Amino acid sequence: MYVAVKGGERAIDNAHAWLAEERRGDPSVAELSVAQIREQLALAMNRVMAEGSLFDPDLAALAIKQSRGDLIEAIFLIRAYRTTLPRLGHSQPVETANMACDRRVSATFKDAPGGQVLGPTFDYTHRLLNFKLAAEGEVPEAPQAPPRETPTPHIVAFLNREGLIQDEPASDDTPRDLTREPLELPADRALRLQSLTRADEGFVLGMAYSTQRGYGRNHAFVGELRIGTCAVEMDIPELGFTIDIGEVELTECETVNQFTGSKSEPPQFTRGYGLTFGQTERKAISMALVDRALRWKELGEEDTGAPAQDEEFVLSHADNIQATGFLEHIKLPHYVDFQSELELIRKLRTEANAMKEAAQ
Amino acid sequence: MSDYNFAYLDEQTKRMIRRAILKGLAIPGYQVPFASREMPMPYGWGTGGVQVSAAILTPDDCMKVIDQGADDTTNAVSIRKFFEKTAEIETTEATNAASVIQTRHRIPEEPLREDQVLVYQVPIPEPLRFLEPRETETRKMHSLEEYGLMHVKLYEDIAKHGAIATSYAYPVKVEGRYVMDPSPIPKFDNPKLEMAAIQLFGAGREQRIYALPPYTKVVSLDFEDFPFEASKADHACDLCGADAAYLDELIIDDAGGRMFVCSDTDFCQTRRAAGHIGAQGAPFEEAAQ
Repeated sequence: MYVAVKGGERAIDNAHAWLAEERRGDPSVAELSVAQIREQLALAMNRVMAEGSLFDPDLAALAIKQSRGDLIEAIFLIRAYRTTLPRLGHSQPVETANMACDRRVSATFKDAPGGQVLGPTFDYTHRLLNFKLAAEGEVPEAPQAPPRETPTPHIVAFLNREGLIQDEPASDDTPRDLTREPLELPADRALRLQSLTRADEGFVLGMAYSTQRGYGRNHAFVGELRIGTCAVEMDIPELGFTIDIGEVELTECETVNQFTGSKSEPPQFTRGYGLTFGQTERKAISMALVDRALRWKELGEEDTGAPAQDEEFVLSHADNIQATGFLEHIKLPHYVDFQSELELIRKLRTEANAMKEAAQ
Repeated sequence: MSDYNFAYLDEQTKRMIRRAILKGLAIPGYQVPFASREMPMPYGWGTGGVQVSAAILTPDDCMKVIDQGADDTTNAVSIRKFFEKTAEIETTEATNAASVIQTRHRIPEEPLREDQVLVYQVPIPEPLRFLEPRETETRKMHSLEEYGLMHVKLYEDIAKHGAIATSYAYPVKVEGRYVMDPSPIPKFDNPKLEMAAIQLFGAGREQRIYALPPYTKVVSLDFEDFPFEASKADHACDLCGADAAYLDELIIDDAGGRMFVCSDTDFCQTRRAAGHIGAQGAPFEEAAQ
């Protein structure tokens, strides 16, 4: 005699209760505050804002706390929250030329107006575990210089003045919106960049790395990498003018890539572009390399069949929320399809065995 | 959950989804791209079906959610709870009491009526996907009605295995035009695709909606000499004795003993309540619920 398995509902409730307990951890250890995450795990928070496509440090920090530090889960929380927000309007394009830079480096010129500013970087730290941190401890105040009063010019603009790099003409066209329309291929560059800026850091890094190793090589120099805050301005129709509604921290990377040209067209360098929320420079540089690789058609290059040149492949698989959801869904019950496979394989085996016996 | 709109999605989004649904109903079997939203459950876990349900639900609806035919599988419970919370609608496990049924991998055994809607969760809406991975190519193939590749695949199955080796998500042709993936239902359910109810298919991650209006002609692909066969395990349900219902196979002891029970839990329970007893079933008791 058999009683059918029931109790999915109670199992789910109990699992959630256990999860909440595990999230809190040992109650004798002080609880982590959202402010602590925001201030001390800022790079995790930045990644969540970049891939969650929502600039809100407090919500990103809350999501990290709720997700127990699983950043893809935190990004998912932010994305799901983001979709529920009404769209009140849109800002003016942010002017990264007016960025108040915390960091600004160029690999193509030793010096340029605005100088090389390292900013708060891990770059030249020796990766030695600092055991002092385990015992906590205050840090001495960092030395300060007066901030630059005038905007820091884009380095690539100097190349453009000489016509040495391909021009990117400005356009007032309203770009398509990845979050409001289904992605239809082929995608234009604006759409590709939207997809890449919210794409999984690991995926974009891997794709970018593959171009460096020869799968769609485009030989990139970091023309400029800048991190800092930009004002967000919005037209308010009732006022009849533009006002500042806040500021966002951004990372921008412009690469100078291998040149193209022909007998009739003098050679010019080409460009890749990366722009991400927060201090997320690994992502921004990767984005620029992948952007450049995806431009092969427009620049008259050969399709070498490299994964990073394949728009459909890159854009269809770059989103970690889509990827993780579909990957993990195979945990869900599949009894019905599996049962139909069982029947089929039993039937095919029976027939095959019967034929084998008949032949003997 | 008064913080959210009725059935979670905002009205603009619902309108966009309804347009896609209407287009889908107007062109049966055609995959309509739609701007799928990020839902508070993962992609691949029914976000397409949930968005379609959210767009069609009204406060008077009574909803049933099944996964693998059962109302109490964890993800069905989770989706039902989602609509209980966000739409505060009535829910049911009884197939005949529901006006909207959201399903994953099954069509209920009991025939549906004209006043019901069946919403499918679809993982990969493109029937040609595993023959041609590129969406740009498969859309071309559909527009040119170029389905030779699919027939070659089915033929190769026969050449290799002596039978068509597709047992679920078995491709169908809709009204003689579009080849459609009926979602991963077992091929046992394929004949039921011609029904009185409206059938809506939602694929969230893949951003596609498609539909079958009532009584649409749906033909499972086959060959004259290898006709389509809706197969199931060659047993009767061990609980209710049904011999024409789709069965789940359970392993019930360490020696690998098996039993077969209806995958449609409401169907099985209704039969047991009516006094049908299978080979290993106990007389039905309300208290055993």
